[in-house]
Amino acid sequence: MKEIVVISGKGGTGKTSVTASFAVLGQKEIVVADCDVDAPDMHLLLQPDCGYTEDFYSGELAGIDQSTCIRCGECKNVCRFDAIEVLNGRYLIDKLSCEGCGYCARICPAHAITNKERLAGEWFISGIRTGSTMVHARLGIGSGNSGKLVAKVKNEAREIALEEHKQYVLVDGSPGVGCPVVSSVSGAGFVVLVTEPSVSGLHDLKRVYELVKKFNIKAGCIVNKADINPEITAEIVQYLDNEGIEHIIDLPYDEEFINSIRKAQTIAESDNVLLKALLTEAWERIKHLVNN
Amino acid sequence: MIKQKSMKIAIASGKGGTGKTTLSVNLASYIADYEEVVLVDLDVEEPNSGLFIKAEPGHSENIYKRIPEWNASKCTHCGICQKVCNFHAVLRLGPSVLVFPELCHSCFACSELCPADALPMVQRKTGILNNNSIGDLHFVEGRLDVGEEQAVPLISSTKKYTEKKYGHLPVTVFDSPPGTSCSVMEAVKGVDFVILVTEPTPFGLHDLKLAAETMRELKLPFGVVINRDGSENHDVVSYCESEKIPVLAKIANNRRIAELYSSGNLVYRKVPEFRAALVGILDHCLKTVDGGVE
Repeated sequence: MKEIVVISGKGGTGKTSVTASFAVLGQKEIVVADCDVDAPDMHLLLQPDCGYTEDFYSGELAGIDQSTCIRCGECKNVCRFDAIEVLNGRYLIDKLSCEGCGYCARICPAHAITNKERLAGEWFISGIRTGSTMVHARLGIGSGNSGKLVAKVKNEAREIALEEHKQYVLVDGSPGVGCPVVSSVSGAGFVVLVTEPSVSGLHDLKRVYELVKKFNIKAGCIVNKADINPEITAEIVQYLDNEGIEHIIDLPYDEEFINSIRKAQTIAESDNVLLKALLTEAWERIKHLVNN
Repeated sequence: MIKQKSMKIAIASGKGGTGKTTLSVNLASYIADYEEVVLVDLDVEEPNSGLFIKAEPGHSENIYKRIPEWNASKCTHCGICQKVCNFHAVLRLGPSVLVFPELCHSCFACSELCPADALPMVQRKTGILNNNSIGDLHFVEGRLDVGEEQAVPLISSTKKYTEKKYGHLPVTVFDSPPGTSCSVMEAVKGVDFVILVTEPTPFGLHDLKLAAETMRELKLPFGVVINRDGSENHDVVSYCESEKIPVLAKIANNRRIAELYSSGNLVYRKVPEFRAALVGILDHCLKTVDGGVE
């Protein structure tokens, strides 16, 4: 079983549309994992049935029992996250600022503070129309544990893939280079970078590849909207060459990306013969690169 | 034009790649044609605004977070540090104590509860801050070191630096990270108004709903800018109407804008419709934040 992770650094490059197409092209040989837990969108294309749902608890949250509190203010003194507010003499926890470190609860002389497990989101195991399985999740608003939820989704997908003897786990990662991305990439067998020819696209590609290099994982790149700025596309291709990144394919700027999203289908299922052929070629190349 | 004491606007979006940075750099540059303004790139994982601000390199400094450092000679091996760390960032292993800096949230509990003062807090670099100016446009960006996982402390430091140096200016524009996680919350904390940039697709609408929920949770006033408009799809507009969210501007889908952006150029100087959208957006912000329009 091999794990293929699709990331982009920059948002809006077409990462999810490309990944969902691979999910359809891969049919039953893959398990899909949507690890963009902060703003997940792949379910809009693959319409998973959310057959199994589980709450995700991660981290803690402090709570002050007002009847026990002696209003000494010690908790506020030690909190480094400005998470304790005073309102009419009462000490209250700001849920959005509390990191759950538990320092306040440990030093409260009246033992008025307790830390409880925090509901950080939920995750799902779903059937999708390809006959395969998709694992996905939804992070709670403002939750800080996205890296852990990503790890949860990936581990579940891996286990299902092993049990059901699937060949691949296909992961849709999140934008950026921070904790959810680190969590998405760790343990991957191959990374697919989806970029676009803009100064931002190239800048973000370089940063996210710097991260991939730290993990020593082989990578390939898809340049989407390649015809929108041929000069920067050439610059990207040069960069890929210098870094030893496989240049998987160029995709043209095409309204089909938006139209398919509107129809809640993937490009691989559309009538766009050119894009379908290019994506099929890309998927075959990725499988070849992963297995050799 | 602007009579506010100071107005802080954050530009955010649920979905990435909707045009947050395009709007931020153009709005700030447009304001700078009339007033002193500071643009702050808080998308510290992938900061892009600087690519559009053609200023000479200016001030640069390292940004640190605080983590504990084990002092073997003072340690009494009592194990309290490991017990009090909720993030498993401190581990007692036989005769020594290990600190995992990536996991540390800088809560200070281990350091201050250590009875032997064996875990003093020290600095660890998490990124850099750059600051330069061109005319009346000042620019500050936070840039997370690749491999560092926590963006929040750097966002917080970048905001503090900006407040100290530029807090007196009439307008501050924050380019926020995408999403709805802790980084976004830190970026928009304390601002007067949030502009959510979206696009008229089911992806755009889905992520706009998440972002709007987040802003409501934070009790921040916000409005929506619909970018790449022009389709037959009116779902975003219907959603905003039913939720009573003001739509500040619709920016038509225009390949010229995409091309200007792709080469790192400002759009409003070349595309009049874009400039008109900026005027409308700024006007709305001013009216919402204090009624300080001349």
